[in-house]
Amino acid sequence: MQYGPAAFNTAKVILMLRFLLKRLGLAALVALTVSLISFSLLFLAGDPAVALAGEAATEEDIEAIRTQYGFDRPIPVQYVAWLTGAFTGDFGNSYYFNTPVIDLISDRLPTTMQLGLAGITFALLLAVPLGVIAAIRPNSLIDRFALFISVVGQAMPTFWFSLILIVIFAVNMGWVPVSGSGTWQHFILPTIVLGYFATPGIMRLTRAGMLEVLRADYIRTARAKGLNPAKVLFKHALRNAAIPVVGLAAVQLGFMLGGSIVIESIFALNGAGLLAFESINRNDFPVVQALILLFSLIYVLLTLLADLLNAWLDPRIRVA
Amino acid sequence: MTIIDSNEITTAPSPAQQMRRRALRHWGFLIGGGVLGLIILMAVLAPFFAPHDPYAQDLSQRFLRPVFLGGSWEHPLGTDHLGRDYLSRLLFGAQISLTIGFVTALISGVIGTTLGVAAGYFGGRVDTIVMFIITVRLSMPVVLVALAVVALFGGSLTTVVLVLGFLLWDQFAVVMRTSTQQIRNQDYVTSAQALGCTTTRIILTEVMPNILNNLIVIITLEMAHAIILEAALSFLGLGVQPPLPSWGLMIAEGKDMLFFEPFLITIPGIALFVLIFAINLLGDGVRDVTAPENRN
Repeated sequence: MQYGPAAFNTAKVILMLRFLLKRLGLAALVALTVSLISFSLLFLAGDPAVALAGEAATEEDIEAIRTQYGFDRPIPVQYVAWLTGAFTGDFGNSYYFNTPVIDLISDRLPTTMQLGLAGITFALLLAVPLGVIAAIRPNSLIDRFALFISVVGQAMPTFWFSLILIVIFAVNMGWVPVSGSGTWQHFILPTIVLGYFATPGIMRLTRAGMLEVLRADYIRTARAKGLNPAKVLFKHALRNAAIPVVGLAAVQLGFMLGGSIVIESIFALNGAGLLAFESINRNDFPVVQALILLFSLIYVLLTLLADLLNAWLDPRIRVA
Repeated sequence: MTIIDSNEITTAPSPAQQMRRRALRHWGFLIGGGVLGLIILMAVLAPFFAPHDPYAQDLSQRFLRPVFLGGSWEHPLGTDHLGRDYLSRLLFGAQISLTIGFVTALISGVIGTTLGVAAGYFGGRVDTIVMFIITVRLSMPVVLVALAVVALFGGSLTTVVLVLGFLLWDQFAVVMRTSTQQIRNQDYVTSAQALGCTTTRIILTEVMPNILNNLIVIITLEMAHAIILEAALSFLGLGVQPPLPSWGLMIAEGKDMLFFEPFLITIPGIALFVLIFAINLLGDGVRDVTAPENRN
């Protein structure tokens, strides 16, 4: 038996692989279930052909729509056809534009992705430093300020916060455009709103994690050794406290992408969220189904990546 | 002979007394509970308090300003785009928000607690299945699914409550599962099992009372969550429908006058903020008062 770095690394890789396979299997199963749910949402309220035909439709109109969109096939057959299409990126055609759903989405998704990434960056830049300082100096002025920000953030409805920011910074100050998505300035207010929404959770977790880590024996040892306090803080403490924060940030990013629908609607930001809102109002079911599935898949993928990253950083998770 | 000093016994406070004492010293708990109680009182007594009929339109009295912006006491908070009294609409709107909060928390609480307690108590395969259901639920985008379902069924108070109730149970399940896991191997649960108590009885009389405080905290969180989501759905036009005075709907109706009469969105927005803030304070307070060791 060989002990040492090489043996340790092989063991680590095997454990990681096993963990990876298990998590991948779970993610695939979740994705499949979500696809079933997003498909059946359409049939939840009864016959989609009736809903599409509108209130003035005759029995013949409904029958025509039923055959045109393939609703006359058994539902399991429709699901399998939809799912196999989805695997190749084919979600059918939009009822409203009569163009492929995937084209509509791929036009709009980059905007939402940019908004989501900008939002989570804003949240991390605000929440992590505040959380760390709040943990180093509990009950200080900054700790109270951090608490205030997080309490206010949790009670502030995002759509109302957006309107208030528009009144102050777009109308009264004239610093940023009111709405639209032409330039990077259009992203400033939506980023702040979306990022602020994720701030309280990340800040609380950073603070709690740092408080716990700072009490740990290895920090006391590092300090007792006479290490530079800044080095102890950033290299030893923050690195360990960051593990759960990375996971939460990934989850929050998933929530933010799914929740961008409200913010994009208010700021008329031309992303996938606005597309979802418009499609819901147009009864454009294929687009809505595809977007629900897509946002869910992004979330599944993000949590998968976060879990893998955590397992790589924290050996205790791999074994479980 | 030992003499037991009766004073000594009575001076040691019981856990309930200690809790009451902590509650009376906890400002967040008192303020949150007080403000929430006040809002509930105003909502219940809205028919008596409201100066006007919240639905009565008067097109000659549109966009009157609140009294603090130079308006008259006839309409203390002004009037909206149809000349309806804003204070009366605000008071009746509290009924909608509170109904949404309570009923949603009840539905999602029953679903989530059942799943969470079952997973935590039985463990094993039950736990695996419940965890899977929770993961699936968490991966679905709440706002998008809620909007889509409300659009399919048609917006109404009932639809919104049902949709939110069936969507917002995840935190109940997660927290109740962990809480149950923590106490299921306690001695009192083991002895109840050894005595041959039925599972139902153990869960109801041994498990539930000991996870009740966590349950109350999640109830407050999810009430707040549901109230915010209802306002957002109504704001987007896919929630409670006009002419009902939902606060989210009032903000949506005032949005067109955003640049000229910002009070139309500020007033219902502040009302929402205060309600959510009070509920959150109360929730944090309940956690601190019932389990002070969990405070960080």
